[in-house]
Amino acid sequence: MPSSNDWINNPLGVVEEMFVQSNSNPEWEAKVLEYFKGKLKEKQAYSWIPSLNDVPLHYLKPNSLVKFRCLVQDMFDPEFYMGVYETIDPSTKAKVLRFGKYKDVTECGVDLNSRNTVTAERQTFYCVPIPGETLWAKETYARSSQARVVPSTSYIPSRQKRSYEEDDEMDTQPQKQREPHTELHANGDSKRQETEAPSGQTTSPSNASSPLDLNFPLPGERGPACLVKVYEDLDSFKLNDMLEVYGILSVNPLLSVLCEEKDPSASLLDPTESMETPEEQRAHDPPASLVPRLHMLHARPLQHNNPLLPSDRAEDQHAFVSSFMVEMASVRAEFLAYLTHILLGDGLAAEYLLLHLISSVYARRDVLPLGKFTLNLSGCPPNSSFTESLHQVIQELVPCTYRLSMTLHNMNSLRLVPRKDYVANRLVSGALQLARNTSLVLDETRLEQGQLDASGVQNITALGNLISWQKVDYDFNYHQMEFPCNINVFVTSEGRSLLPSDCQVPLQPQVTPPNLEEYLSTVHKAQLTSQINKFRVYLSVAQTLDYSISDEVTKAVEDDFVDMRKDDPQSVSAEDLHRMLVVARLLSLSLGQTSLSREGWMRAKHIDMLRRTRSQPQTTVNGNEP
Amino acid sequence: MSSPTSTPGGRKRNRNDIPATRSTSPPSQRRRGQDSSNADLPAMPTSPATDIASPTVHDTSLFSSPRRSVLPSEVDMSSPLIGARGTPARQRPDLGSVRKAPQVDLHSEPPSADGAVASEPSVGQKLVIWGTDVNVGTCKEKFQRFLQRFIDPTSNEDENAGLDLNEPLYMQKLEEISVVGEPVLNVNCGHVQSFDADLYRQLICYPQEVIPTFDMAVNELFFERFPDSILEHQIQVRPYNALKTRNMRSLNPEDIDQMITISGMVIRTSQLIPEMQEAFFQCQVCAFSTRVEVDRGRIAEPAVCRHCNTTHSLALIHNRSAFSDKQMIKVQESPDDMPAGQTPHTTVVYAHNDLVDKVQPGDRINITGIYRAVPMRENPRQSNVKSVYKTHIDAIHFRKTDEKRLHGLDEEADQKLFTEERVKTLKELAAKPDVYERLSSALAPSIYEHEDIKKGILLQLFGGTRKDFSQTGRGNFRAEVNILLCGDPGTSKSQLLQYVFNLVPRGQYTSGKGSSAVGLTAYVMKDPETKQLVLQTGALVLSDNGICCIDEFDKMSESTRSVLHEVMEQQTLSIAKAGIICQLNARTSVLAAANPVESQWNPKKTTIENIQLPHTLLSRFDLIFLMLDPQDEAYDRRLAHHLVSLYYQSEEQIEEELLDMAVLKDYIAYARTYINPRLNEEASQALIEAYVDMRKIGSGRGMVSAYPRQLESLIRLAEAHAKVRFSDKVETIDVEEAKRLHREALKQSATDPRTGFVDISILTTGMSATARKRKEEVAQALKKMIQSKGKTPAMKYQQLFDDLRGQSEAAITKDMFEEALRALADEDYLTVTGKTVRLL
Repeated sequence: MPSSNDWINNPLGVVEEMFVQSNSNPEWEAKVLEYFKGKLKEKQAYSWIPSLNDVPLHYLKPNSLVKFRCLVQDMFDPEFYMGVYETIDPSTKAKVLRFGKYKDVTECGVDLNSRNTVTAERQTFYCVPIPGETLWAKETYARSSQARVVPSTSYIPSRQKRSYEEDDEMDTQPQKQREPHTELHANGDSKRQETEAPSGQTTSPSNASSPLDLNFPLPGERGPACLVKVYEDLDSFKLNDMLEVYGILSVNPLLSVLCEEKDPSASLLDPTESMETPEEQRAHDPPASLVPRLHMLHARPLQHNNPLLPSDRAEDQHAFVSSFMVEMASVRAEFLAYLTHILLGDGLAAEYLLLHLISSVYARRDVLPLGKFTLNLSGCPPNSSFTESLHQVIQELVPCTYRLSMTLHNMNSLRLVPRKDYVANRLVSGALQLARNTSLVLDETRLEQGQLDASGVQNITALGNLISWQKVDYDFNYHQMEFPCNINVFVTSEGRSLLPSDCQVPLQPQVTPPNLEEYLSTVHKAQLTSQINKFRVYLSVAQTLDYSISDEVTKAVEDDFVDMRKDDPQSVSAEDLHRMLVVARLLSLSLGQTSLSREGWMRAKHIDMLRRTRSQPQTTVNGNEP
Repeated sequence: MSSPTSTPGGRKRNRNDIPATRSTSPPSQRRRGQDSSNADLPAMPTSPATDIASPTVHDTSLFSSPRRSVLPSEVDMSSPLIGARGTPARQRPDLGSVRKAPQVDLHSEPPSADGAVASEPSVGQKLVIWGTDVNVGTCKEKFQRFLQRFIDPTSNEDENAGLDLNEPLYMQKLEEISVVGEPVLNVNCGHVQSFDADLYRQLICYPQEVIPTFDMAVNELFFERFPDSILEHQIQVRPYNALKTRNMRSLNPEDIDQMITISGMVIRTSQLIPEMQEAFFQCQVCAFSTRVEVDRGRIAEPAVCRHCNTTHSLALIHNRSAFSDKQMIKVQESPDDMPAGQTPHTTVVYAHNDLVDKVQPGDRINITGIYRAVPMRENPRQSNVKSVYKTHIDAIHFRKTDEKRLHGLDEEADQKLFTEERVKTLKELAAKPDVYERLSSALAPSIYEHEDIKKGILLQLFGGTRKDFSQTGRGNFRAEVNILLCGDPGTSKSQLLQYVFNLVPRGQYTSGKGSSAVGLTAYVMKDPETKQLVLQTGALVLSDNGICCIDEFDKMSESTRSVLHEVMEQQTLSIAKAGIICQLNARTSVLAAANPVESQWNPKKTTIENIQLPHTLLSRFDLIFLMLDPQDEAYDRRLAHHLVSLYYQSEEQIEEELLDMAVLKDYIAYARTYINPRLNEEASQALIEAYVDMRKIGSGRGMVSAYPRQLESLIRLAEAHAKVRFSDKVETIDVEEAKRLHREALKQSATDPRTGFVDISILTTGMSATARKRKEEVAQALKKMIQSKGKTPAMKYQQLFDDLRGQSEAAITKDMFEEALRALADEDYLTVTGKTVRLL
């Protein structure tokens, strides 16, 4: 791929060429975009470009084309920059026209009074790696990349990272002593470290401010955060969008120097200095070595982040899905068997878990989200590692997941809802800022008796809102703003959960293995990777399928509902019908059927009946027997 | 104190620095150029910070020689003031006079600059300020003419209260200035535009040049009129309401250096920043003093004393330097302006001099000012600069938009503007005979049936007409309709509430479970930065003029509920806390949802018994609806059809079927703002009859079935219904519908389960008349029984209960027995202590 080297290794050169050719005709910008889009369309082109997600920053060539799979965590204010400007050579007085697009810093000797200066607008997005992305997804993405960054190194990200992290922690202390200015310009203190990200975050949120809070939604996350400069179609991007950004990497050390070197005495007089608080500077202009800048050339919105599904082109994907459809039913059977093992032989719970995993909000009718299917698995053994192991299994299946252990301490201290910090002028992330179709496992078995404080109540309310309306109200201090989301919530609890849910299934273990952990790990290990991969594809495909109900079946369902109510009006409510329709939908989709059949409806009714007979006696058991 | 606007001495440096001034992008090359306002200009660079002094330049020859182009501004600025007894001019840092023109560019671009200038004299008298098309003389004349002649008979701005609308408006304002002595003249740009569009265009495009010209014009005029006035400083013109009002999101490079008006919310204010305008240096050796202008935030310290030639002997004397006030204000775009799914933008605003501390965080304001872009400061050790500009707005005028909401008497401050087409569609819709049904079915389409409840909520959204009886001592009449929904869990009550909350602009949603009295009302908080006490308003105050949706009303604590008593009738909220005593308006409609105490609605009990809410609170709801499963086959079928279709129809189909939520929103907003129906004669008669009828129903059975509160409810509902029809008169049909709805709600909630009659006393006193009668009977029976037992001073509790049960033919529950005991205890007939009953 010698031809590709240029546009990947030196994209700015390509842009430069076009700029010079254009003779200050503004069309050059469109040409540049077209060129790169065209290049990226070529087969396999995607895989040649190194990804910030799996290559550490210091291995990447500055000003080269890189890609970044990320979530838009915050959107900063738009900024004006010099789109085109003129420089004067101090010795020859020759004037040269230059472009400022895709660059952070100008060339020497800018003539600020030139008439040829063009001011343009761009916006910065703060992007973080997709929160909760599971290890297998990351590794599969990394493996599929053919980018040869440093040919001699066979680089294994996870191991390398560990050692760097330790270096980092040992390093910071002496360095602080060496540099007396660290108190003032804390953002500069780690600029020489070759780390990808500070790991101070992982320990506790309280010391998140040191050395630099990268503002990841979930605690314990790592990976590079990135300031993505967006030039086109600003309005088409939304907060929490999953994107694959292709852009020019800029780690110009000048950036850090420019913002670091300010003279405290001047700040009193200089009006531009007083505009920003130190916190704001830290948040908006972190050192480029920690938070690289990425000048966007092209962005691909991601519908999913499952690396096993082709994501390149719509037609590819279509072909893939239709070829997989044939297998659906058989994979489903295997998958169900696997889940049944995991859930200690409880087939019904396994069935419901399967339905839950393929659910997704597919539409909203005024405030009502349709398609969500929050599952509450009650009867989980408390004080055991069961829920944890269950989450490990889910981790192996879905591309994004997070387990929130609902301990009293967590509920009182964790920040679930993102909050706007007006001092630093940024959106401080919270654990509920998640990408679409993330699987959120709430472990209620960890909740003990005790006092919830004000923030605890707020957190519980936020979880309730998330489950009922699939929205999170971000806290903007003076007002709240509602952000719709699409998160699959799975609640494991001992009794009935205190959170609302669409469906509650009490777990009825058929086997009681003496050592739960061992049992689960053997079940887990018994699965071949190829099989697990099939399951992964299965889940993602089922989630994206379309669905319809024919008039005939509609009629049948209506009749059925009326009949049920005739016998006993208390037995079925509108709520129940809602749920059964969702179950029927998911059941059909899980079998690869894109429309509801009569049998599908009967099946949905049947399993719902089974589930209900199961939960009813349980309530009386609780009341009557000791 | 000399004005910093000109320093001939300071002009010679700057050659070696990269001049960091405002943006100098020529308008012709700015991108995103749909703006046509300056399309008619020649392709000349915008004046790179044309000096405040330059407007006064009249001599042709000055233009050809930029070096001389700057005259000391004091001379010019004070020139109209010869008769003004030297009222000092005051600097206007808001116009950017702090940062001055770089001389360099005139030299660096001699051909163009000279070419442009050279052409000017040839036009003859038509002199313009460099880089603009503004001629100072004409501009001044035009503005004076505007001040002298502008009349706006239709003005309804509150600022103009007390002025004669048929006299020139601004002359009256000048008179006011001469009396009050506040030398600020606020000018509505809309007025300027309607008077002279060209002048308006110049004002918008070249505020930096035009506003000082206006200043001069005003001062000339003023001191001519009122030569004896003494003002603190010269009058400053503050234009506002530039019609180019934008939301923050639409600001783009086009707007740099133009006057703009944007709206937003203040999120942070800095402390006062003293900005040095002029530094005072004194020689330590010979005490020779010199003044140095601050130039772009820098002071060039003189290295050599000019008097004694000692090097480095000059020291800065702070006390004698001149400072001006400045404040940084962060403004965030208001939530209503934002596209969904994005975060709000913020902008930095600088307030100068007396605008400092005019606004507080949380205020919603309209700012008029000049949009600026400044390149990042260059680094002396670095020849590269960051290619980004910093932008801010120099504020000229603030206008709070929410001030009246909290403290004012009436009138929605934020009248939404509707385009003519929109008004037309709305009126067309209103003319349809079935508009009421249409609207109610458009409300929360995903919730099935419950037509009457939706109609009730619809009327609540419109509200009654506000009436003011404060002169007769009764204060405001409540115009808001309050509704309570009760019913089985899972009957989509919460969903209705969510829908309403999303529909109305000022809606609040709280859950009774999580909210405290503080969260509902207001609390006093100490600002961590300023240590200032701040009143933080809660849900009820925030939903003033809106709807407060309270879910799980029954789970609310007693103290929280007690707050609602005042709000739901008096529509105010009193606070006495931490030294702050105030009464805030809370003209909010309450839409509450409550679950029955025993998880399922017990049809054998009354509403009060089912939801266990104090009747004092219940009687404040105009309508109380039960949301129960109707349990009939046809309903089931329709429900099933509705739900199933919900799950397979595509989004487009759904859109077509129903009235758009946006239309509904606008319809309600329009009706609330512009329609104020009044009762006509027939309607009043109908209301009177309705009320009399209601009273009659009960009187036959010896109970009261209606109270004046019910009459008020009827009036409100009738008015709301008239609003739905966009009618200025409340007519009989409105009353009929109000009656029907009210009756429906009563039928549901106030039916005595024992007799099957509607009995309003269930809601007003918490007990139906029959129940009360029954209670008395039991008490009497018990008394008789005790009396028949003869003189026994004490009895066993259980024994007595058994006896009574044995004696009575009707079943007597323990509750009834206890109630009877309590009734007798109240009569001082007996006391109950533990398990024994003693006679007194």
